[in-house]
Amino acid sequence: MTSLPDTSRPGQKKLGLVIDLDTCVGCQACAVACKEWNDQGWSAPLSDIDPYGAQPLGVWLNRVHGYEAGEGANARTVHFPRSCLHCEDAACVTVCPTGASFKRAEDGIVLVDPDTCIGCKLCSWACPYGAREYDPDQGVMRKCTLCVDRIYNDNLAPEDRVPACVKACPTSARHYGDLGDPNSDVSKLVEERQGYDLLPELGYKPVNKYLPPRRRPVGEHLAAMDSVGEEGNSLTERFFRWADKALSR
Amino acid sequence: MHPAYSVILFTTTSGAGYGLLALLGLTAATEAALPRIGGLIALLLALGLITFGLLASTFHLGRPERAWRAFSQWRSSWLSREGVLAVATYVPALALGLLWLSGREGDWLLALVGVTAAVLSILTVMATGMIYASLKTIRQWHHPLVVPAYLSFALAGGGTLLLIFASFGGVAGLVHWILASAGLVLTLLLVLLYWRSIDRQPRDLDPAAATGLSNLGPVRQWEAAHTADNYVQREMGYQVARRHTGRLRRLTLLGMTISLLLVIASALLPGLVAGLAALLAALLLFAASLVQRWLFFAQAEHIVNLYYGAQRA
Repeated sequence: MTSLPDTSRPGQKKLGLVIDLDTCVGCQACAVACKEWNDQGWSAPLSDIDPYGAQPLGVWLNRVHGYEAGEGANARTVHFPRSCLHCEDAACVTVCPTGASFKRAEDGIVLVDPDTCIGCKLCSWACPYGAREYDPDQGVMRKCTLCVDRIYNDNLAPEDRVPACVKACPTSARHYGDLGDPNSDVSKLVEERQGYDLLPELGYKPVNKYLPPRRRPVGEHLAAMDSVGEEGNSLTERFFRWADKALSR
Repeated sequence: MHPAYSVILFTTTSGAGYGLLALLGLTAATEAALPRIGGLIALLLALGLITFGLLASTFHLGRPERAWRAFSQWRSSWLSREGVLAVATYVPALALGLLWLSGREGDWLLALVGVTAAVLSILTVMATGMIYASLKTIRQWHHPLVVPAYLSFALAGGGTLLLIFASFGGVAGLVHWILASAGLVLTLLLVLLYWRSIDRQPRDLDPAAATGLSNLGPVRQWEAAHTADNYVQREMGYQVARRHTGRLRRLTLLGMTISLLLVIASALLPGLVAGLAALLAALLLFAASLVQRWLFFAQAEHIVNLYYGAQRA
């Protein structure tokens, strides 16, 4: 059923990811781990079309972008992993004509049933985050499953029952947990680091949160170099002041 | 947005078909009704256009054999509603044909069935428009003029087609000329207003807004997430060059204007020539609606492009 479950009641489980843009180094390990797991698990196959040709096309459920933010001395690169945010008000679910796209009432995970999807692609048009990728070989839509086949998998060791991307991240930039529980580790992390929603103005209420890059004193350091030795009266500082003047002549 | 040819063909042909069916239904029990054989052929043409369009629309599906599943989610999905309404419309349309065959002209039952067919046709076209208008991710589609434009294209298409049959059948009258020309004038007006409006819409989203990094300053893509274009870029990234937009818009307007002039001319011309003028008007309108529908896709800017290097959306 593509009507959304009521997620407004307190204590509603909202499983999701918290992605730390401060510590992500853009190594792509999460993207590769995602492809590797989901090409064999519940979502299999994630088709690759013309993989060695001139125009390869592959279905990936997680992509890591690179952005440059800010200008001048404060400019910095931000590695930006992007995958399904498992929105509370998921338009990709309500537009689905078949019921293949659905949001689970028990934990909020948004899934596509590959056995009933007709491949009309309307859900991908409805998603502003580009989370859904069509599989032209199978004729159905693919998306992040939050590794539903790992997190509840009794065959795995308890420490492995997390999404493959979270497990793979070498800098612990990806956190998994229940964002509906205000006392969970992920909720506390969001609180502490002022985690935010992507495009909140569109009203889809994403469950996944992003932690902003921390401020770094890069600019302050450069400013300090500019005003070197203008204060202080130690021998070294007076020497640098003299050198600065002599070199500036 | 990448223009899906099957969807363009579907919305234009079925739009004209539903327009014709609606007008046949509304006029069935009136003085403006077509003669029996002409009416039957017109009804068959309307159903043919609708059926062709519906079949074309399944070609863009990855799994056409599962298309029947699309009738299930009418509670939430406009696409599903469109499917349900499209199929439901066949019932009064076929009933209209049977009543027409049995020669119950001017009958209250014929009027009732005709109006039902018209209402369902209009609702189907509205549902088609709502599929696009309900998508908040594309500002050119999430627009109040999208549904009216879909409806007016259907009216103009149906009006010109009805005029062909009325002219060849020798019953063309004021009602037919007014329906066809009103549809065309309304469509011209709505299309112009729509283009003007989307050109002036604020484009206030940028990559900083999309990534939530605006407090760091301007945001630029410095490295794409992957080396080859992915599905999202191929489907959502398509955009027509601005100079082509201008040319194609002028072509659309030209086609519709000549179509309107032909409709007016047909009112002044004798029977057979008037029919040919109406036929030409309908063909020109159809060509113009294909171009307009292609532009509707090619001009649409999806928000997701902000993650892929677009500066504004």
